[in-house]
Amino acid sequence: MDKIIIENLSLIYSDGAESLKNVSLNIPVNTITVLFGPAGGGKSTLLRVINRLNDLADVTQISGNVLLADNTLKFTNVLDPQLDVIALRRRVGMVFARPIVLPLSIHDNLTYGLEMAGENDKMRLNEAVERSLQQAALWDEVKDRLDDPAADLSGGQQQRLCLARSLAFEPEVILLDEPTSGLDPISTGKVESSLQELKKLYTIVLVPHSVQQAARTADFAAFFLQGEMIEYGPGETIFINPRDERTTSYIEGRFG
Amino acid sequence: MIREFLSKPSSRYSIQRLGFVMLTLIAVITVVPIIAIIVHIFMQGMAAISWEFLTSFPRDGMQAGGIFPAIVGTFFLTLGTAILSIPISIGAAIYLAEYAPDNRWTRAIRIAIINLAGIPSVVYGLFGLGLFVIFLNIGTSIFAGCLTLSIMTLPIFISTSEGALKSVPHSFRVVSISLGATRWQTIRRIVLPQALPGILTGVILGLERAVGETAPILFTAAAFFLPQLPNSPFDPTMALPYHLFVISTQVPGMPIDMQYGTALVLLTFIIGMNILATIIRSRARARRQW
Repeated sequence: MDKIIIENLSLIYSDGAESLKNVSLNIPVNTITVLFGPAGGGKSTLLRVINRLNDLADVTQISGNVLLADNTLKFTNVLDPQLDVIALRRRVGMVFARPIVLPLSIHDNLTYGLEMAGENDKMRLNEAVERSLQQAALWDEVKDRLDDPAADLSGGQQQRLCLARSLAFEPEVILLDEPTSGLDPISTGKVESSLQELKKLYTIVLVPHSVQQAARTADFAAFFLQGEMIEYGPGETIFINPRDERTTSYIEGRFG
Repeated sequence: MIREFLSKPSSRYSIQRLGFVMLTLIAVITVVPIIAIIVHIFMQGMAAISWEFLTSFPRDGMQAGGIFPAIVGTFFLTLGTAILSIPISIGAAIYLAEYAPDNRWTRAIRIAIINLAGIPSVVYGLFGLGLFVIFLNIGTSIFAGCLTLSIMTLPIFISTSEGALKSVPHSFRVVSISLGATRWQTIRRIVLPQALPGILTGVILGLERAVGETAPILFTAAAFFLPQLPNSPFDPTMALPYHLFVISTQVPGMPIDMQYGTALVLLTFIIGMNILATIIRSRARARRQW
């Protein structure tokens, strides 16, 4: 079953840079789909289309369709100008490349999304805190100091907090934009193994920070080059037996 | 020749030393007048300071007694100005920093604010006289004085508040929005609390200017001498800067220590506010998390 269907998506920024050229792909539910390729390929842009975070950027032209399915297979048109984007962002969580914790306590970082949505039941908020920290493999490290400023955590902990924060309001999709680019190998390993657990509950779209990470994590992989999607398929196919010459060169490290 | 001279290490070091000495000297020179003024006023004015001076009315054609009504007047003028201008300027700053698109209209607003900051204070005084005292028929009063001082302090408040809001990292806003917060929730919960110390510092520095100004209240609020305290915001009042002007230039035979005593009280007001601003700023910096 497909969670996200992207059809003929093109996007041009107001400075004239064409960021996505006629991209089409279907992202299956409960998988990790990896968008990889050299910088400037349009991977981050595509992520930010899915939760409409591109609304904050200067996008002049966007065409095509992005559809998000719910559990009853009802599709929402993500690009609909009338869409309730706040509701969309509660269905699609996001983790950024740098761990950006809000200037609040650990606890309040996690409950922020829920509280903004109007949830103020203390019990339910606390449940969400524990559940999301468990899912991000951070609970044991911070359970005794939830009221400390989140900025006191180490970089790796902060990034797992950001992951937990996006899980706290139980979205359907999680977008991760190079979530481990600033982390040490141990923290990276923790995040990657969390993702393997999380895909049972969520649909994950990941922009990895290296080809190796792409190969380790991908159920499905899409190779992006200068705004074009060159190739898309199951991870084994793409990383072991790619069809396109350019994909092969990139994976083998001949450019990038 | 010159190149040879410059490339000799020993001469380059002596040039550096010379430059360093010059810069230190210049830095010292800028501090000297401030310290001189404070010390001078303190030495001359300390003799006049007494409980009676601070808490009683002027007597004997102002040549004796105290400056109590002027202290009270300045306090209420400052308070009123703060109450009137803080909400307006924070609102304007939020609009400019968070919502305003970059177009001709908002550029015009910004230019207007910058120009407002450059207008001489006596012009504000005349404007206040024309608009508030006469046209709106408020009369010479604390209220009219506060309105005039508010317009004068608005540009300082708005530009420092806007600066404080813009210094909050953009990434906080992006993250907050990505978590499903609205723009207003983002401002209310994240941006404003982080910017508040900066805003408060600006507000205090702006109010300092309002405390010390004579010209804007000259035609709108201040009285030469009043035998009682104002009863309402619609009464005129005595005020420290104007009182200082009066006893220094308008009253013959004033004891000099009373003039300096008044200046000392005014200066203490301003230095006190400055210290408050510094404390707020340094506390906030210690708490800041980016």
